[in-house]
Amino acid sequence: MDVQLLTFIIVGASFALYIAIAIWARAGSTTDFYVAGGGVPPVMNGMATAADWMSAASFISMAGLISFMGYDGAVYLMGWTGGYVLLALCLAPYLRKFGKFTVPDFIGDRYYSQTARTVAVFCAIFVCFTYVAGQMRGVGVVFSRFLEVDIVTGVVIGMAIVFFYTVLGGMKGITYTQVAQYCVLIFAYLVPCVFISMMVTGHILPQTAFGATLADGSGIYMLDKLDQLSVDLGFTEYTNGSKSTIDVFFITFALMVGTAGLPHVIVRFFTVPKVRDARKSAGWALLFIAILYTTAPALASFGRVNMIETINGPDMAGTEISERPEWIRNWEKTGLITINDKNNDGKMYYSAGKASDPASANEVDVDRDIMVLANPEIANLPAWVIALVAAGGVAAALSTSAGLLLVISTSVSHDLLKRNFAPNITDKAELFYARLAAGVAIVIAGYFGINPPGFVAQVVAFAFGLAASSFFPAIIMGIFSKRMNGKGAISGMIAGIAFTAAYIIYFKFVNPAANTPDNWWFGISPEGIGTMGMMVNFVVAFVVFKMTGEAPQEIQDMVESIRFPKGAGEASGH
Amino acid sequence: MAFKNDDDKAAYWKENLSLLAKLLVVWFVVSFGAGILFVDALNEIRFFGFKLGFWFAQQGSIYVFVVLIFVYMAKMNALDKKYGVDEE
Repeated sequence: MDVQLLTFIIVGASFALYIAIAIWARAGSTTDFYVAGGGVPPVMNGMATAADWMSAASFISMAGLISFMGYDGAVYLMGWTGGYVLLALCLAPYLRKFGKFTVPDFIGDRYYSQTARTVAVFCAIFVCFTYVAGQMRGVGVVFSRFLEVDIVTGVVIGMAIVFFYTVLGGMKGITYTQVAQYCVLIFAYLVPCVFISMMVTGHILPQTAFGATLADGSGIYMLDKLDQLSVDLGFTEYTNGSKSTIDVFFITFALMVGTAGLPHVIVRFFTVPKVRDARKSAGWALLFIAILYTTAPALASFGRVNMIETINGPDMAGTEISERPEWIRNWEKTGLITINDKNNDGKMYYSAGKASDPASANEVDVDRDIMVLANPEIANLPAWVIALVAAGGVAAALSTSAGLLLVISTSVSHDLLKRNFAPNITDKAELFYARLAAGVAIVIAGYFGINPPGFVAQVVAFAFGLAASSFFPAIIMGIFSKRMNGKGAISGMIAGIAFTAAYIIYFKFVNPAANTPDNWWFGISPEGIGTMGMMVNFVVAFVVFKMTGEAPQEIQDMVESIRFPKGAGEASGH
Repeated sequence: MAFKNDDDKAAYWKENLSLLAKLLVVWFVVSFGAGILFVDALNEIRFFGFKLGFWFAQQGSIYVFVVLIFVYMAKMNALDKKYGVDEE
């Protein structure tokens, strides 16, 4: 059977599974729709959180990024896992005890202010939209490559599936679908990687394989060989990065804090029955995430070696373009690999620099995003493995989109409509508006997926920077400083987000030519500026707080009551 | 009031914060310390086929993160019981 037919069957089967689960887990009330009735067991919630969290960026792009960045790729590995420690220790249990549906609920109640709630709602909607556009794009890329439909059709199919189970099932439908999606995506990620590990080093576990010696009997460590190859071809050593230490530090910190402040991640901890379940669920979530995140760097290094050897040949002198392998031809069609035979010797040769630059010896440009999807083909794995990877990529993108869309619809129907405009709305009407909002949000997200505003990675950096500089400090102060007042927190959020957004917009959109380390403040790139935005938020909040007096007594009592687990009821909207 | 008295409440919160501080120090040391600030020094040390700093940055820190959360969970559950503020 050919790859395309197998891909149709495997991706189609996974879709059928998601739809079946959605029908089984329909939502009957707003509690079902917003927080899955608050009755999800912690292990399952951990798995759903992991699927929610691991997006098209984690599944498709991350290993590719690491593959090209070497050591510097650690910013993503540590940044996107370390945030869970902050989340589990400093946020999740307290927010669960607080027991409302959304992050804006907490901000609004804790800072006794409709303004604070509204600012939080707009931050949440903005963060989620920037993030979800990238997911839809990921679905489009997978469909266009493996099913050979165009990106628009791919996005529309993806939208239709997500629409079906988000609108029907809400959080309940999403949670149980995400459990299935986690299983699909982790299996799809591990299978090819285990195959490749065994081929290259003879180890089954990718985590140990990339620190092992090569299976060719030379006794050379895999990473030493990769370092040597990188230097020979004009790159920096693979295990040493090229970013400055301060930039690596700030980016990692911004990603960690951003992770802990992302509304679609935080809301997962409202779905478990108890405070102790929130703690446990965070642990399981990180464990499930760690399985993929510790595999990714192995995949990245193997992929890099395989790619270089395939293009340059065993003697590192280049290979005949006319005899190039099938996977290169396939990806050339999508425009993600380009070959430019500059010296007209009929051979292709890969090295540092751009293929379009006459001064560089490099003749092949390879897009980072294709590494995970192309890896099984590069390593000549069986067709069903390639089909499985396609299903995994789609699962990762769909699960994350659904989680984000739910936050958007909740923000609109619950935080804006019920809390601001129509407080007397019935549960049934609120549920209707939640579904309507989810539907509208999917259409908008689909539009951005087809017409993406800039590159996916840039947009995602934006979401993290904004979450780091707005929500995280406001929530942390809300829990750990009972005297912090509303004026302080609101000024902090506005200052933090304005500072971060201005820096990112200037370097990414207004003046991209100036986006070099020489022009950055203290050498901090736009990806890492959220860390500084967070500090701005804390400082401004503290200064304003000192000038305006402490929070009212009943708020201080409320803060004290969320600091211990006893008496946590199920999450409610009232 | 869930606590027997205000002293208990203050003591519970103090123990909670001191546990948090300890765990966050470990969190910082393995990631920002071993993986970023001291990565070059640790890279002089070999750990199987890895340079040690590189291993912390791309593997070790993640393992420690997982352990930290489960340690926190166990310690907090014990602390809740000790002060009678658990959910059972």
